[in-house]
Parts: sequence; C-alpha cells; structure tokens
Amino acid sequence: MDQSAVNIGLYVILSGVLFTIGIVGVLVRRSAIMIFMAIELMLNSANLALVAFARQHGGVDGQIIAFLVMVIAAAEVAVGLTIIVAVFRRIKTVDVDKLHSLKG
Amino acid sequence: MDGIFNLVPLIVLIPLGGLLINLFAGRKLGETGVGIVASGAAGLSFLISVLMWVGLAANDFAGTVVPFMDWIKIPAVGLSIPWEFRVDTLSVTMMLVVSGVGTLIHIYAIGYMHGDERFPRFFVYLNLFLASMLTLVSGNNYAMLFVGWELVGLCSFLLIGFWFDKAGYEGIKNSNAASKAFIVNRVGDFGMIMAILLTFWTFGTVDFGPVEAPPAHEAEMEVEEAGEAEEVAESVGVFALAEQFVEEDRTVPIGPMEVPVRHVIVAITLLFLLGATGKSAQIPLFVWLPDAMAGPTPVSALIHAATMVTAGIYMITRSNVLYEIARGIPILPFGLTTPGIVAIIGAATAFVAGTIAMAQWDIKRVLAYSTISQLGFMVAAVGVGGYVAGMFHLATHAFFKALLFLSAGSVIHGMEHGHHHISHGGHDDDGFDPQDMRYMGGLWGRMRITSIVYIVGALALAGIFPLAGFWSKDEILADALNRGGTDGNIAFALLTVAAGFTAFYMGRQVLMIFFGKPRHAAAEHAVESPAVMTWPLIGLAVLSVIGGIMNLPGVHTLSDWLGASVHHAHAGEFNPVLAGGATLLALVALALAYAVYGRKAVTDDMNDPLASPLGPIWKFLNGKWYWDEFYDVIAVGPFNVIGRFLADTVDWELWHDGFHDKVLAAGFNRIGDFLANPFDLGIIDGIVNGIARVVGRLGGAMRGIQNGYVRSYAFSIFLGVVFVVIVILVPVVLAG
Repeated sequence: MDQSAVNIGLYVILSGVLFTIGIVGVLVRRSAIMIFMAIELMLNSANLALVAFARQHGGVDGQIIAFLVMVIAAAEVAVGLTIIVAVFRRIKTVDVDKLHSLKG
Repeated sequence: MDGIFNLVPLIVLIPLGGLLINLFAGRKLGETGVGIVASGAAGLSFLISVLMWVGLAANDFAGTVVPFMDWIKIPAVGLSIPWEFRVDTLSVTMMLVVSGVGTLIHIYAIGYMHGDERFPRFFVYLNLFLASMLTLVSGNNYAMLFVGWELVGLCSFLLIGFWFDKAGYEGIKNSNAASKAFIVNRVGDFGMIMAILLTFWTFGTVDFGPVEAPPAHEAEMEVEEAGEAEEVAESVGVFALAEQFVEEDRTVPIGPMEVPVRHVIVAITLLFLLGATGKSAQIPLFVWLPDAMAGPTPVSALIHAATMVTAGIYMITRSNVLYEIARGIPILPFGLTTPGIVAIIGAATAFVAGTIAMAQWDIKRVLAYSTISQLGFMVAAVGVGGYVAGMFHLATHAFFKALLFLSAGSVIHGMEHGHHHISHGGHDDDGFDPQDMRYMGGLWGRMRITSIVYIVGALALAGIFPLAGFWSKDEILADALNRGGTDGNIAFALLTVAAGFTAFYMGRQVLMIFFGKPRHAAAEHAVESPAVMTWPLIGLAVLSVIGGIMNLPGVHTLSDWLGASVHHAHAGEFNPVLAGGATLLALVALALAYAVYGRKAVTDDMNDPLASPLGPIWKFLNGKWYWDEFYDVIAVGPFNVIGRFLADTVDWELWHDGFHDKVLAAGFNRIGDFLANPFDLGIIDGIVNGIARVVGRLGGAMRGIQNGYVRSYAFSIFLGVVFVVIVILVPVVLAG
C-alpha cells in the first residue's frame, strides 16, 4: 500500500479540483444536462476523496460509502434523466433559466 | 235615634253611585234617564240630610262622628287621619242647603241642558260636585275638608269650561275662564294647605274632635276634657287642644324659634283666610268668579252662587274657636286682629263688587258681582263674630241667588229661543248676545213666571221686608254694629253702603230686563221656558220668601240650632232702628233705580243713562275697577314675561342652544373628532399600516433572492455549505 502510495494530498487536490469544476459547472451552465453532469462530477469527486481517505486509513468504511453514493447516483441519474426528458418533451428546451414557471 | 246617623256616608255615596251609572250607561239611558238618575241621587242625598236633621232635632241637637274607614296613618309621626263623617248642626245645615238647592238645580238643568251633545257628562260632573261638596262639609277633619275643597275646585274647572268646544273665540274664552278660576284658586289653596300643615305641626292632629255637647250636657263634658287631654290628643280635636294650649301658654318649635302658640294660631287663621279669599271670591282673589259665568247657568247657580263659594264661610265658621282666640291678639295698628281683617276684607269686597255690579251689561255678570258682594257680607259676618248671621245669610243667599241665576238662565233661554225664531237659523246678525241686558226689555209680558220669580229673588236680595234677605242681612249689619271697634265700624259702614248698592243694581236689572219696550227683535219673540225649568224656580222663590223664618228675631231657631256645634255662636240682637233704616235705604235705592231706569232703561246709543253724567266714574266701574288689568300688570304680565324668558332664553337659547348644542353636542363632536382623526386614523391606523409597511418592505427585500434561476439557488446552497465548512473548520484549525 505504501509503495504504490501516491501522496494522499494529490488525491485530495484532484478531488477538490473536480468538485470545484462541478460547482462551477452547476453555477454557470444553463443546460440541464450539463448541470446534471456537473453534479455527477461532484459526486465522483467526493467518492474519490472517500476512497482515498479509506485507503489512507486502511478501513473499508469510505469504500462502502462510495458504493452507496454510486448506487444513489445511479438511481438519481435514472430519475433525473427521466425528469429532463419529460421537461424537454413538454417545453422543448432544457435551459434551466427558462424553467422558472411552476405552471404546467 | 242615634242609629240614624250611621246613614250619613250615603249622602256622599249616593251621588257617587249616580255619577258612576251616568258615566258608564249615560249614552244608553238617554236624556230622561240620565236626568232621573242624577236628580234622583241628589234628591236621595237631600232625603238623607233631612233624616240627619230629624235625628239631631230628636236628640237635643247632639250629633256624633260616624267612622267610615281608615285613611292616612303614619305611626312614626303620630299622624292618623280616619275618614269620618261629622254629623252636627253646622254640617247638617250645610248638607241641607247643598243637597236641597242642588236637587232643584239638577231638575232645572234637565230642561236647560236639553239637546246638548254632552248631556250625560254634564250630569256626571254635577253629581261629582255634589259628592265633593258634601264631603267637604261632612268631613271630621281638615284633611277631608281639603279633599272636598280641591274636588269642588276641580268640578268648578270642569263645569266652567264645559263649553270649551264652542265655535271660534267663544270656546277659547270659556276654557280660559276655567283655567283662570283654577289658577286663582291655587293661590288660596296654598294658604289652605299651609294652614292645615301648621295645624298638624302645632297640635299633632287635624281632627275637629268629638261633637261638642249642647249646653245642657256641657257640665259633664268638661269633667272629661280636663282629664287626660295629652294622652288622647287624637280624639280631643284641634279646637279643644287650641284652647288648652293657649291656657297653658305653650310654645311651638318652628325652625330654631320657640313661637308662642297664640301667634301660631294667628298665622293659621291668616292662612285659612287666604284659602277663604280664593274659594269664596274675596278681595284680592275674587277675579275668577265673574269669568266663571262662562259655564252653563245651572253651574253658575249651584257652584258659583249657592254652594261651592260658601265653602270659605263654612270653613271659617267651623274654625270659629281659632278665630276667637286670634281675636284677642292685635297684629296691626288700630288694634286690628285676624277676625278684624276678615271683617274688613269681607266688607270691602261687598262694597267694591257692589259698585261694579251697578255698571255691567251682562245679566249673569251683574249676578256674579252681586254674589261676590253677598259673599263679602257673609265673610264680614263671620269676621265680626256673627257666625250664625253668616250661616243664615249663606242659606238665604243660596235660595235667592240660585233663584236669580236660574231665572237669568230662563231669560237667556227665552232670548235665544226668540233669536232663533227671528233669524230662522240663517244669517248671524251683528254680534247679538242673549245675555246682554241692552237687548232685553219688556219680557214681563212674554215670560210671566220667570219675571215674577225673578222679582221675588231681586227683592229678597235687596233686603225688602219680609223676604229672606231682609232678616239675614239685617242680622249681619246688627252684628257688625254691635262689634264696634275699628273693624266693626268700618265693616258696618261699608256693608250699609253695599246694601244700598245691592237694591240699586237689582232695581236696575229688573227694570232693564222685564220692563219698558223690547229693544231687540229677539226680546219680542222670547218665550217662557218649559215646566221642568219653571217648577224649581217656583220652589226656590217660595224658599226665598219664607227663608227668614229660619232665624226670626226673638225666636232664634237657627241660633239655638247652630249653638250646639258652633262654640262662639250667639243670637243676633234685633235692632228695630237699624232694620227700619236698612229697609228704608233699600227702598230709597230702588226708588232711585226707578228714577234713573224706569222711563228709559237704556239710552238711544245703547248706553247707560248714568254713563254720561258720571263719565269717568262710570267707565271705571264698567271696567270693574280695572282689577283684571291690574293683575295683568302685576302678575299675569310679569309671569308671561318670566315664562317667555324661561322658555325662550333660558330653556331654548341657554339650555337647548347653549348647553345642549354648544356643550353636549359640540363636546360629543369634539371627542368623536378626536377619536376618529388623531386617535383612530393616527395611532391605530398608524400601527396597522406600519406593520404592513415593515412586512411589505421585508417581503420586497426577500423577493430579490427569489429570482427563479436555479443557478442562483444553487449558489446560495454553495455559499451555505462554505459557511458551514468554515464554522466547522475554524475551531479545528485554531485548536490545532
């Protein structure tokens, strides 16, 4: 574990960079798909951090939580994409700035 | 024989029953039925009075007190006034006069009021009057006397104003006359009630006490009286107590002062005198009586000549013990005492009213002033201590003055009939007045019975021997002369002159009405009245002729009779010189009247033959000494001014406009304004609007965040997360 060890700090930095990219993506993109992808990016950056810390401490807790996050993310993808498709079918766009009306 | 006295309540109850029957069934009974019920009630009352008389005569004139029911009882102040009837010679005399003359007048009124639309009501009032008057004379205490006193005043008011609904000014005049009588009598009634209250304050009772025993029994009575007067104050009565208090020289607490009982009695008698001047129409309160002639003639005869107006004389006679005590206490210069004042007021009234009567045109007005004058004779009589003479004149005057009034009614009736005959119910001519003597004349030929009885009445009034008026008037003059002193002499002088006036104005009236030529077509067509009216006249005429036998000089029936109940009664002395002189005076006055009015009673311009020779004097007399105008100036005018001032200025301007509008309404408005504007709009609305504005502004501020862009929400979440992370990390970093 030690020999193959890359410095934990790099993982954490990568995780932070990915999370930041995800955040910026959520904040600046208009397309629902892109926001969705940015969210996935943030989830995976968190997974990365979890796995990295788990490896560092030699426990499995982080890995288990990472799996949990993946499962939830998968479910979320299914639900989220379904909503996006449904929204697109109805108003012919996935631009979130146009989705400011709750009226159907 | 005593049992018969227990019937006495019936003299009041029977007329009361009559009035109730007529009140509720009068319309159904019809004129005849109403007349029979009312006259029957009066007749039964007379019958009871006669029974009382018989009872007294059979019982040595010893009367009794008949208890009827409890009335006023206030144990806390020891006040107990039962409703008791007093049967003694004085009250029975009054009962006989009232119910006897009353019965004849009831019968007469059936004819006089024929066809009046309120016929039953008239008889209801008459019966009410009879019941009230009999209560007045038969009560055994001043409280009952006062109740009767007020009730007859009420009846007088109702009957004077009986024709209040006559068309035009006539009706208003009648109603004003009724009000005037009532209001003037208030002044006298004030004196009455003050006197009664003072009596109660002084003696603790208003009872007349048990009937005094006639002289024969007096010895036994005195033993009883001397005993425990204190304890049995209730039953001893005012008069016995008065004598006892004076003897003991007691004092009476009035306010902070202790007043000797003699002075209190003087005050009581003066207040009673004020009451008498009101009811018996004496100076200064006589002005209501002439106006009272606005009532139907039977009313004038019954109430305003024969009975009600004599209540004052009865009351003073009843209180003779008090007046005789007051006689010993001079209160004015020249040794004048209360009875002296009574005598002078009476004599002055007799004189003044006599002068006015000589210059009137209205047949009833002459009789009204004559009545005032004769009442003055009676008041003067009781004032000089001639109680028997006063009551004697009261009785004879009731006969011949009722006779004169009823005959005058008959004359008016005839004149109206004649007027109706000539005008054929069509046009109304130049203010013809059936009561104005100037339109009469020559009625001797057309109304024979009326003429004869009228002349009988006139001669009786004038005091011609041997008619009733001669005896009674002579006795008054003799009593005045015997009294002597300042008051007796003044009274005698005034009364003698007034007696001359009496003969003169009666001569004038008879000559104007019955002799000479008819001065108006109505007089030419006048007709005699129906029998129902003439028969009572004949009855009264007989009484006027023989009335004198009640108290012939030397026989003194009435003196003995009244002596049984009037403590200070005494038989008048017959003075042949005086009697002869008075008769001569009356004859001279009649001759003078003939000389003036015999040939031509009224001048061509419808004026009195004496008007131009006497000039202003005649005007003064015709204007009734301007008494009414004088009262207008000193009482009615100021009263109206004050009344108007109170109504317009104080009530309307000050109270209503000032207080009500300026204080109440304006204050309310101001408070309302304050509550509405600064308070409600300012404070309450300010709070509410302020809250709304704060919330609104907050909402406005919050709305900025809610822009609907998902990214901005996400950014907020991001910032929140950063914040949370910082909060978590800062302590860790600082700690470690």
